[in-house]
Amino acid sequence: MAKLTIAQALNAALAQALEADDSVIVLGEDVGKDGGVFRITDGLLDRFGKDRVIDTPLAESGIVGTSVGLAIAGMKPVAEIQFLGFIYETMDQIASQASRVRFRSLGRYSAPMVIRTPYGGGVKAPEIHSDSLEALFTHTPGIKVVTPSNPYDAKGLLLAAIDDPDPVLFLEPMRLYRAFRDEVPDEPYRVQLGRANVVREGADITLIGWGPSVPLLKAAADDLAARYDVSAEVIDLMTLTPLDEETIVESVKRTQRAVVVHEAVRTSGFGGEIAAVIQEKAFLYLEAPIFRVTGYDTPYPTTMFEDLWLPDTTQVVATALDAIRY
Amino acid sequence: MGEASELFPLIVRMDEEGELVGDLGLLSKQDLVDIYREMRLLRAFDERAWNLQRQGVIGTYAPYKGQEAAQLGATKPLHESDWLVPTYRDWAAGYVRGVPVTHGLFFSKGHPRVGDVPKSAKVLPAQVVIGAQTLHGVGVAWATKLRNENAATIVTFGDGSTSEGDVHEAMNFASVFSVPLIFFCENNQWAISVPIERQMRAKTIAQRALAYDMEGFRVDGNDYVAVYNLVSELADRARRGEGPFLVEAVTYRLGAHTTADDPSKYRVVADEERWAKRDPIARLEKFLLRESLIDEERILAVDAAAKEWVDEVLADFKAELSISSSVLFQNVYAEMPQSLANQFDHYQKRAKEVRA
Repeated sequence: MAKLTIAQALNAALAQALEADDSVIVLGEDVGKDGGVFRITDGLLDRFGKDRVIDTPLAESGIVGTSVGLAIAGMKPVAEIQFLGFIYETMDQIASQASRVRFRSLGRYSAPMVIRTPYGGGVKAPEIHSDSLEALFTHTPGIKVVTPSNPYDAKGLLLAAIDDPDPVLFLEPMRLYRAFRDEVPDEPYRVQLGRANVVREGADITLIGWGPSVPLLKAAADDLAARYDVSAEVIDLMTLTPLDEETIVESVKRTQRAVVVHEAVRTSGFGGEIAAVIQEKAFLYLEAPIFRVTGYDTPYPTTMFEDLWLPDTTQVVATALDAIRY
Repeated sequence: MGEASELFPLIVRMDEEGELVGDLGLLSKQDLVDIYREMRLLRAFDERAWNLQRQGVIGTYAPYKGQEAAQLGATKPLHESDWLVPTYRDWAAGYVRGVPVTHGLFFSKGHPRVGDVPKSAKVLPAQVVIGAQTLHGVGVAWATKLRNENAATIVTFGDGSTSEGDVHEAMNFASVFSVPLIFFCENNQWAISVPIERQMRAKTIAQRALAYDMEGFRVDGNDYVAVYNLVSELADRARRGEGPFLVEAVTYRLGAHTTADDPSKYRVVADEERWAKRDPIARLEKFLLRESLIDEERILAVDAAAKEWVDEVLADFKAELSISSSVLFQNVYAEMPQSLANQFDHYQKRAKEVRA
């Protein structure tokens, strides 16, 4: 057991997947010699060679579109898109192609592949680099959407995503890549897709989030307990599609209040979907409306406005108190 | 500086009068008798499909009439281990590779069985986003290379799709990774109403090969003998690891884009008549008659056989129409998520109510 960052845990997962299965390949822009712009694939080229760790031309649609063909014909591509904001370039190959291979062929073919990509703000990146676009893909049947928030889950979820028989969009919170370390087992292990995690138990309110928002929720729960004597439960969704509705609904039935937090813009964000699920399945348990803390309905701001644009702990605490006092 | 297009002269072996201007290459005269019959059958099917749409039996249908030599020439040389990644007008090509032509009717019927490619056929189901399948073709070919499968892949696409970014990315990836792939462009001159001169300023599609440092070829797509021999050689070379290649098969869409289209709005009759004279089946018939390989009696027999075969195809189609609605929900993921299972229950209840 070693203490690893998310970046190191992902690197370990990729190395173990490449080691275990000859059909696994890693491909994308700068993933070879450079080890990826965030060094997630560092050292893999030297270890596994240029047929398995592949620097591709700079073309997102080409990366995902060829991965679809590779997967259909028996390979297990793990493609990297350098930043989630660039995913529009390959939207068709994900949303109309990879996602539909099984459906279109009545199960004759499938496209088991992983598309890894960093996302989220707070690192003062140029425009487009910080966008949170997960809702585009939760709105796309046939794709699974997975996002870890800590090193242990990062390794286990990535290995599970590579094993998965369907295409998985694997969103890596870039602000957290090297933010902290956790104990991560040396041996390979899986964290099951489709399961949310109650990371903090509580009785008065449920705070729901994923990826980069999870540390925020934990800090808010600490603050609510310390200053307001409010016991907040924190749920890390980990998989957005397919959604673990049961864990959410069970929690909210107990706490009777919920706040959903995401960095993505507010309108048609995945928070709206969570709120809809809760009101459909736990309406009579609710003591307050389900509140959202989100980015604003603007393009992701230039960095000088970034800190005030993003959800923060103060906002989550204030919104939770609104729900408590409603 | 010379014109790039001059580097890609049109390869012809049998001209529109059915005269051999080259030799038969790998083909025998008997092969041509057989292929004539097969093309006639497939032409009869295509024409019947058009009529079925007019009768309301199927929905929008995209005819391949006029492109039979290109589609058969591109697929007849393939081996069992080779892959075909087709565009959606290529039911004749799919048929050669083991996909029943009924799939063309399923496609037009909006019937899910269109994608149910037989297990024995290494063919991807048609998809409709123009050019997107070229990247899948590169990926499939790349996989066969990484897995040392000694297979060639052929991906088909139209002239309009060469304007798409995916086709550029596909050619570039294929070239960079030297994959065993044949890009087979059926240049039928028209993308719905837009002629090839408006898709590109270049005189040929084949010359694009230069930009990717690939070998390119321009072949008379209505000449089965030329297409067959070219693709045979390229598929052999691809299997030996020499790909990728670009083939521009110069042909013509004798029919409309689809049953929903009216070409009289944008094409001149003289042009259509000129191309009708270059019909791939007509030229083969002229050759076979002149060589006394067939006679009028034999032609009438093929007529009858074509009608009989299309009747059988239609009977198969009608027999296979029934399908469980579960395919709609079962094939979204390998395992149906709980939330989708709940929606499936809802759908089934609705279906029951509607039937009641």
